Amino acid sequence: MNIRYVLGRLVFFVIVIWAGVTLIFFLPRLAPGRDPVRERLGMMVASGGVNAETIESLAKAYEAKFGLNQPLWKQYLNYLGSMARLDLGYSLARFPSRVSDLIGQAAPWTIALLGVSTLIAFSFGSLLGGLLAWPGSPRVLRLLLPPLFTFSSIPYYLLGLILTYVFAFKLRWFPLTGGSQILTMPSISLSYLLELIYHSILPGLSIVLASLGFWSLSMRGMMITVEGEDYITLAEAKGLPKNRIFLWYAMRNALLPQTTALALSLGTILSGALLVEIIFNYPGIGSVLYAAITGFDYFVIYGIVFFIIVTIALTTLILDLIYPLLDPRIRYQKS
Amino acid sequence: MRTFFSYLRRNGQLMAGLIILLLMVVFWLVGYLLVDTANAAPLSATPDMAPSLEFPLGTDSAGRQLLAVIIAGAPTTLRIGLIAGAIGMLVGTVLGFTAGYFGGIVDSIIRSAADVALTVPALAVLIVIASVITKTLSPNTLALIIASLAWMWPTRTIRSQVLTMRERAYIEVARLSGLNNFEIIFKELMPNLLPYLAASFVGAVSSAVLAAIGLEALGLGPQSEPTLGMTIYWARYYAAIARGLWWWWAPPVVVIILMFISLFMIAAGLDEVANPRSRRAA
Repeated sequence: MNIRYVLGRLVFFVIVIWAGVTLIFFLPRLAPGRDPVRERLGMMVASGGVNAETIESLAKAYEAKFGLNQPLWKQYLNYLGSMARLDLGYSLARFPSRVSDLIGQAAPWTIALLGVSTLIAFSFGSLLGGLLAWPGSPRVLRLLLPPLFTFSSIPYYLLGLILTYVFAFKLRWFPLTGGSQILTMPSISLSYLLELIYHSILPGLSIVLASLGFWSLSMRGMMITVEGEDYITLAEAKGLPKNRIFLWYAMRNALLPQTTALALSLGTILSGALLVEIIFNYPGIGSVLYAAITGFDYFVIYGIVFFIIVTIALTTLILDLIYPLLDPRIRYQKS
Repeated sequence: MRTFFSYLRRNGQLMAGLIILLLMVVFWLVGYLLVDTANAAPLSATPDMAPSLEFPLGTDSAGRQLLAVIIAGAPTTLRIGLIAGAIGMLVGTVLGFTAGYFGGIVDSIIRSAADVALTVPALAVLIVIASVITKTLSPNTLALIIASLAWMWPTRTIRSQVLTMRERAYIEVARLSGLNNFEIIFKELMPNLLPYLAASFVGAVSSAVLAAIGLEALGLGPQSEPTLGMTIYWARYYAAIARGLWWWWAPPVVVIILMFISLFMIAAGLDEVANPRSRRAA
């Protein structure tokens, strides 16, 4: 693989994270005349609370690092330093939990739900889209076009609302909320695993159904373009079997821009999944974020935003590095 | 005009989308005349009433009449989307044309900035911004916030379109006949890109509405206005699903779905205008 390409992608990765982190640092301070974190700390100190002394020491530590007496560039460097060490601070609402602990507990749920749903939706959607654009596929598939259109334009969480109402409330087939039964203790056992899966079916289904439409429609568009290419005509003239042309000539080439589309829509998918988690009270990053927003827990909000930015940048980097493996033309591209 | 209608009959998607949008507009115009939008405020009726003749869409837990909420809230949501989409398109068009046409270092800077901004997920930044503005957030402020992150995608797509069109013969002819750069952009490139710009605009509006509803569903929207997203937020806050108050969350959901379907169809239809090759698809 081209070293220059890899280096370029790595530099891009670092720049994206730096830009995101800088935005998180400066945006709150742009609010004219006030720093919301300092205000919040001041509120906590004034109102007393259970850990009055520890809150005071937290406020003092914050002042020492980001205080008014520190010049802005020094605050910024301190901030960059703690971010690099993944020290995201303490949660204000659930003191003395550390933000990184809260995120660490919630992240596996989100990654599992999102990863599996996106994988299923992407694979099925691309296959479906390819079949829809292929003249040799069964006519009955065309009937799926209108519902796919509908589903692709609905935001994930609205679909989640509808699914919750129909399947959880009315039909009682699935649980309303949560990642598992309320009183179950986590354990490595088949019953716990089945319970996890049972509770994740509705949230997963919302994500899968809503993004299925998008993937199939975009794949269909790519396939239509690919079908007009000369090499398909050549393959047909050579007398290759239809299935072979479909899989190895048409789908293979249409998957390339489709993967680019995946890389570009990662942010949207993640945002949609977060909102779905909120609807279902699924114990992932989305619920933690929602609790932080309602509780004005700024450190958690910034920590989660940082986590989201790093995750998206990392996934984009991985996809960018996989891309040359799929498309040899990129591999041999002259720099 | 006649060619417009005959084209519409051939482009089913565009026609369907426009019809849905038109029906919604008519519904709201009629609604404004028949329904008093002051009833969208809390405490205007008994809370938690199911739909009846007196309250066609029932009331919510704060006493708002939901029919009035829908009539008052949907145009607000659409307005936020239109303002944000328009500003995003404007900035995106300027940047896209500049980057695509002039090339060189300007192109590299604009393209890198857009790529970086695209990778950082918009919702994350929007949450940071919105959580800081704790004072009364008006819909227009929300629109401006969303607009600040709506310019990247139009910039990218317009830039790639300009890049392909820049090398066409008629641009060379225009250059040789003495038109300066700006004249070429406005008189030659832009008219040819109009269908594409229109499709991008509708797409931008659609994503702006999506972002607005997403922010509002988190509770970060304008608290005092009864927009569609905030209604869903309050419905969730008061556990409307578990309490069986289906008339609270269902109407906003239906309206949002219709809005998105119509916007999507219009965008897809306009895409077909811009790219005739997709017309011969099955």
